[in-house]
Amino acid sequence: MSAGHHHPIYRPADTPVHRLPPQCKLAAVVAFAVFVVATPRERFWAFAVDALLLAAVAAAARVPAGAIVRRMAVEVPFVLFALAIPLIGTGERVQVLGLSLSAPGLWAAWNILAKATLGVVASILLAATTEPRMMLLGAERLRLPRLLVQIATFMLRYLDVILDQMRRMRVARESRGFVARDLRQAPVLAKSAGALFIRSYERGERVHLAMLSRGYTGEMPTIRDISATGRDWAMAGMLPCLAAVTALLAWSTT
Amino acid sequence: MTSGSPSLTVSRLAYAYPDGTQALYGVDLTIERGERVALLGPNGAGKTTLVMHLNGILTAGHGTVEVAGLPVRADTLREIRRRVGLVFQDPDDQLFMPTVREDVAFGPANLGLRGAELDRRVRDALERVGMLDAIDRPPHHLSFGQRRRVAVATVLAMEPEILVLDEPSSNLDPASRRELAEILKSLDVTVLMVTHDLPYALELCERSLVMSEGVIAADGPTRALLADERLLAAHRLELPYGFAVPAQPG
Repeated sequence: MSAGHHHPIYRPADTPVHRLPPQCKLAAVVAFAVFVVATPRERFWAFAVDALLLAAVAAAARVPAGAIVRRMAVEVPFVLFALAIPLIGTGERVQVLGLSLSAPGLWAAWNILAKATLGVVASILLAATTEPRMMLLGAERLRLPRLLVQIATFMLRYLDVILDQMRRMRVARESRGFVARDLRQAPVLAKSAGALFIRSYERGERVHLAMLSRGYTGEMPTIRDISATGRDWAMAGMLPCLAAVTALLAWSTT
Repeated sequence: MTSGSPSLTVSRLAYAYPDGTQALYGVDLTIERGERVALLGPNGAGKTTLVMHLNGILTAGHGTVEVAGLPVRADTLREIRRRVGLVFQDPDDQLFMPTVREDVAFGPANLGLRGAELDRRVRDALERVGMLDAIDRPPHHLSFGQRRRVAVATVLAMEPEILVLDEPSSNLDPASRRELAEILKSLDVTVLMVTHDLPYALELCERSLVMSEGVIAADGPTRALLADERLLAAHRLELPYGFAVPAQPG
């Protein structure tokens, strides 16, 4: 019943991008995002170059454009915010299709849209080529706080278990005639959420007992360690390095 | 190791929960090496409380627990937890790592094993429960019966002196139940099995203990205990409908 929820964002394949150690990819994406943000917004061509770089990575990883576009839905709230800025912005006005828009607002909107989109696409490519589990191992290798990585690891393991429990509770509610129509039903849902929290908390206690029973002393043993070679780093480093060069050129041509 | 000592010796074990509820009133039992013993009893008899003492999750209020001659004490906990392999009832509690491999490796890695030796232990344990094929799968992609088998493997990987199973047949479909029985029979390890499933106890364990109101109320061959209707009735134990155990194997 609870079998088989895949994480559809990850696209299994065997490409050079998939094979790169996760810590290299994580570091590369973060560095890429930093250099994109550091690029002056007036240099349109620089962002086109960055986009081309990502397109090259996508091609190498065999991630189709359609999959990336569908995943870009997470960006929608930012897009809405960015679109609002030219309308509510102050300063010099320009006429576009009969609308009076703020010129600094347009620049700000473009800045947010371009940089956020590049960052989001880079993250989508990372997620599409790296298993969630590997991502966490990579984070551990990059010396992220171990406690945070452990919490994320447990979340990864128990998300489906908890969602399943939530689904069973919903079925139980609806089997007894409950329909969530408006706000008046909110107390029932709030109590369900409370019950789910308590159940999850109790499960946490049982899991802790199970861990103690197998010799846990407060420190997770490192079972899988993925090492990266200089070549891996060089390959992953190509993306942020090219983005850095682009940013530098963009600055020097002002 | 200390050969000669029984796998498990519990003597005069008493325990009250912090809220004052007395759960155990002086439990005495001995399990010899290689035995498979069932621990039977109604809900609330103290079975789980007893099990929690076997690997030191609860510490005795009074009395002692010894595993292969080693007393359960704060300074022996590490070795005790290696010697006592506890399999919990809900495999989702037992399997907390993202993949089967990492989960089975968790125990031996805590014992300090690494590299090839760790890998050998993991493969060995999964092989013994017939789950080697699932080594790189996440636990939530497995069926319930498969998860229970992997849960058994997670403690086998620690090469325990005694395997303690809490309700091993619960929630299993008949085929998984039989497969698990075959696996348990094939293991060369002392087993203590807590269960309400009396036919399962009869199939797997020569000897049974009946626990009731915090003490061991009966101890003897499973067949003889299950044939004693008066004993069963006195301790809220019942055979499934249509099931009768002749005192002598027919």
